[in-house]
Amino acid sequence: MQTFFIVAILGLGFLITFQIAKASEYVAVLRGEEKARKQTNKVNAFMLLAFLIIGLIGVYYCNEKLKGKILGEAASDHGVLIDRMLYITIALTGIVFIITQVCLFWFSFKYQESDKRKAYYYPHNNKLELIWTVIPAIALTVLVGFGLFYWFKITGNSPKDSMVVEVTGSQFKWEFRYPGKDKILGKKYFKKTDEAKGNPMGQLWDDPANHDDVYNPGEMHLVVNKPVHLVINAKDVIHDVGLAHFRMKMDAVPGTPTTMWFTPKYTTKQMIEKTGKPEFVYELSCDQMCGKGHYSMRAVVIVETQEEFDAWMASKKPQYIVANPDKGSSEPKKDSVISKVPVVGAPVAMKTKN
Amino acid sequence: MHIHSGTDTAHAGHHGDHHGHHQQSFVAKYVFSMDHKTIAKQFLITGIVWAIIGGLFSVLFRLQLGYPEQSFPILETFFGNWAKGGQIQPEFYYALITMHGTVLVFFVLTAGLSGTFANFLIPLQIGARDMASPFLNMLSYWFFFMASVVMISSLFISTGPASGGWTVYPPLSALGQASSGSKLGMDLWIVSMALFVVSSLLGGLNYITTILNQRTKGMSMTRLPLTIWALFFTAVLGVLSFPVLLSGLILLLMDRNLGTSFYLSDIVVNGEILPNEGGSAILFQHLFWFLGHPEVYIILLPAMGMVSEILSVNSRKPIFGYMAMLGSLFAITILAFLVWAHHMFVTGLNPFLGSIFVLLTLLIAVPSAIKVFNWLTTLWRGNIRFTPATLFAIGFVSLFISGGLTGIFLGNSTIDIHLHDTMFVVAHFHIVMGVASFFGMFAGVYHWFPKMFGRYLNSTLGYIHFWVTMIGSYLIFWPMHYQGLAGIPRRYLDKRGWVSFNGFPELDKMITIVSIIVFAVQLMFVFNFIYSIFKGRKVTNKNPWEANTLEWTTPLRPGHGNWDGEIPEVHRWAYDYAKDGRDFIPQTEPIGENESKH
Repeated sequence: MQTFFIVAILGLGFLITFQIAKASEYVAVLRGEEKARKQTNKVNAFMLLAFLIIGLIGVYYCNEKLKGKILGEAASDHGVLIDRMLYITIALTGIVFIITQVCLFWFSFKYQESDKRKAYYYPHNNKLELIWTVIPAIALTVLVGFGLFYWFKITGNSPKDSMVVEVTGSQFKWEFRYPGKDKILGKKYFKKTDEAKGNPMGQLWDDPANHDDVYNPGEMHLVVNKPVHLVINAKDVIHDVGLAHFRMKMDAVPGTPTTMWFTPKYTTKQMIEKTGKPEFVYELSCDQMCGKGHYSMRAVVIVETQEEFDAWMASKKPQYIVANPDKGSSEPKKDSVISKVPVVGAPVAMKTKN
Repeated sequence: MHIHSGTDTAHAGHHGDHHGHHQQSFVAKYVFSMDHKTIAKQFLITGIVWAIIGGLFSVLFRLQLGYPEQSFPILETFFGNWAKGGQIQPEFYYALITMHGTVLVFFVLTAGLSGTFANFLIPLQIGARDMASPFLNMLSYWFFFMASVVMISSLFISTGPASGGWTVYPPLSALGQASSGSKLGMDLWIVSMALFVVSSLLGGLNYITTILNQRTKGMSMTRLPLTIWALFFTAVLGVLSFPVLLSGLILLLMDRNLGTSFYLSDIVVNGEILPNEGGSAILFQHLFWFLGHPEVYIILLPAMGMVSEILSVNSRKPIFGYMAMLGSLFAITILAFLVWAHHMFVTGLNPFLGSIFVLLTLLIAVPSAIKVFNWLTTLWRGNIRFTPATLFAIGFVSLFISGGLTGIFLGNSTIDIHLHDTMFVVAHFHIVMGVASFFGMFAGVYHWFPKMFGRYLNSTLGYIHFWVTMIGSYLIFWPMHYQGLAGIPRRYLDKRGWVSFNGFPELDKMITIVSIIVFAVQLMFVFNFIYSIFKGRKVTNKNPWEANTLEWTTPLRPGHGNWDGEIPEVHRWAYDYAKDGRDFIPQTEPIGENESKH
């Protein structure tokens, strides 16, 4: 019933609007089109000016109202660079935005049709055109310069002392693998993936580098102020590791590992204090459309001190032990099969590029 | 049926005389027509139907975004299991956004926009009786129609239409196991797009040939109105880039159905291990965006051309810097092919390669800036008449500035790391290519409607249409930038499960309400359009806008062949407004002895 009323009111409103519109057309014909046109012209010119003024106030209002809701301070050192670049761009484009919009609407208002004025024949002015080719070119050179300076810093090689974490996306969850004491992620092959047998990542157990690798789904632990180098994979479709607080992002592509690195600046606890929100938590979101659960593909990132991290790590069993309970100790025996294999044929462990 | 040749001016009078006397059957005149004007109307009307469907999709998913907790039983009545319990299900949501994107980008703003205005304006403004090949032109429409039929039919299959986003990245789009939309719906999507590419190629080749060969006497290339130049470059872009999309899609079709591994490698989907190895998922993105980026300009350039023409006519002034406008169109066309990888900064692309694309992408801002400054100078010291077309043209410039500037954020790879695939991107491209191109299209419809149908659109409804759409568009898309800055990823149908992204529920409601209002006003425009075709005020003046271009020298309701007598000869460029104290001097008027040079 309510829906019916809404539809009826809308229909009625439309009918009235239409009748007025028709009537104004007849009136225009009766009164003389020229005169009617001039009158609507004035109204529209005024509206354009009003739109400019109210619009600029609206932009200011929107900014005041929403700026507290966009993320606070960047929580990684790369994020700081990205934010700086963002503010440089906002400043520069903001100036251009205001100048050009003001010109557009002011000219429209000022030069509305009038009997007193004749349009000015002004087909071109090469000097003027040269000026406004060169000025944007210079401004953009500045932006490209800054941008690429930061870009190469951010995408450059990770420091030698970075910790390595492997991130793997699949519909619709995140899984993490830590390299363990040897700091080397063991080799894996997707055809060995077998969740039932405790091998969700497809690790090759005959690679000794795998024997101390720790598997942990849904939650990534990082150490504050310690660079982290992520090795990113996907199992099924393309996902994307989005870390909004750290301002970092990288696609997870099946078959083609990608990497990124950054240094978290604040622990989760520090962020809770800084933001004053007890529910604060770093979140890892999937930013690349990946299917029906895309919007809920979430993981939690916990940034903590080295001691807290070490304690957490000590509580985890290597996946090798989980998958092969009979192997007992976490330390592989010195004379395990793999050490007898000639070096050439040994699986190459994935190392960070240094 | 007579097919007139535009260059054949010697026989033109003879042809024209015969013209009205041919009794054509209804089918030949309105259905399988070879008259470029009728084909233009077919494209326009099909485009409008698609726009309503695509717009309706966006209203539906906006309901979900604004009111994720609320149930709308009426949705279940219409959509059954897709909206179980009156709530839009995730599969349905993703099908909606995918179809919204596909429909608006390809079927409305490509076929509906360039199909309409290239067909309508090219022969009329260059002084030709029809396209170089009217038959191919007819085929172009009917391939588009077939593409539409296939796409529509995909909406009614049980597994649903394609739902992997309009960019259809594999492996999601390649694997039926990964998404129900990637089953039959995806095959139909590919078939439909293949037909669409054929349509666009037939059209594009025709436009290029016609512009190069069929110009009337005296119409040198630099006397062409900017609309024609814009449509020319649009056609060049389409002809060179659509085949690349087609090849990319054929490889995708093979990966889907023939067991090849172009895009697939190392895949374990729902525990099932696939045999594919050695493919590259990123390869598809290169192929897709090699079309995808030029596509943005395929959508924008016709709007730019029409806006240039309409601003000049209605400010009663020549377009400022014709050659610079031409040069910047050319520069944009070239650069459009060299920036595609800026969609891929975070795919693991080599950072050095990324830096080259940053440079080339931001370079495109220079010709864009030139265009904006020239439009502003065209308005400066004019004598502006605010027809609905003028208002939409001014709105276009405003939106193009706003959306163009946010492009400088996204084109800079450093900032793109944070903003990539967030709501900021959604806001950016909707303003700069979605809404702006729609404004260009509306401007074109209001301006050339009298030539198309011999009647006027009701201008009061036109003004309401403009103001609500203008204010509404900014209200919808401006705040979305803030959601993007807050890191909210696009294509999130429910943000309640997140701590970081849950800060804007009222804003989302506001945007939803405004978008429903804006959609309702578009329906009002459609009503105005249909009503005015039959009942609108009749045009009594051959040249209602007092414009210089050739289309206004044709009879009030031109038949097939356009001019009754000979095709007029052209003596000057299209922009002699306010020259030597005269309001306007049509292109057909010979240069006077004492006339000043520009």
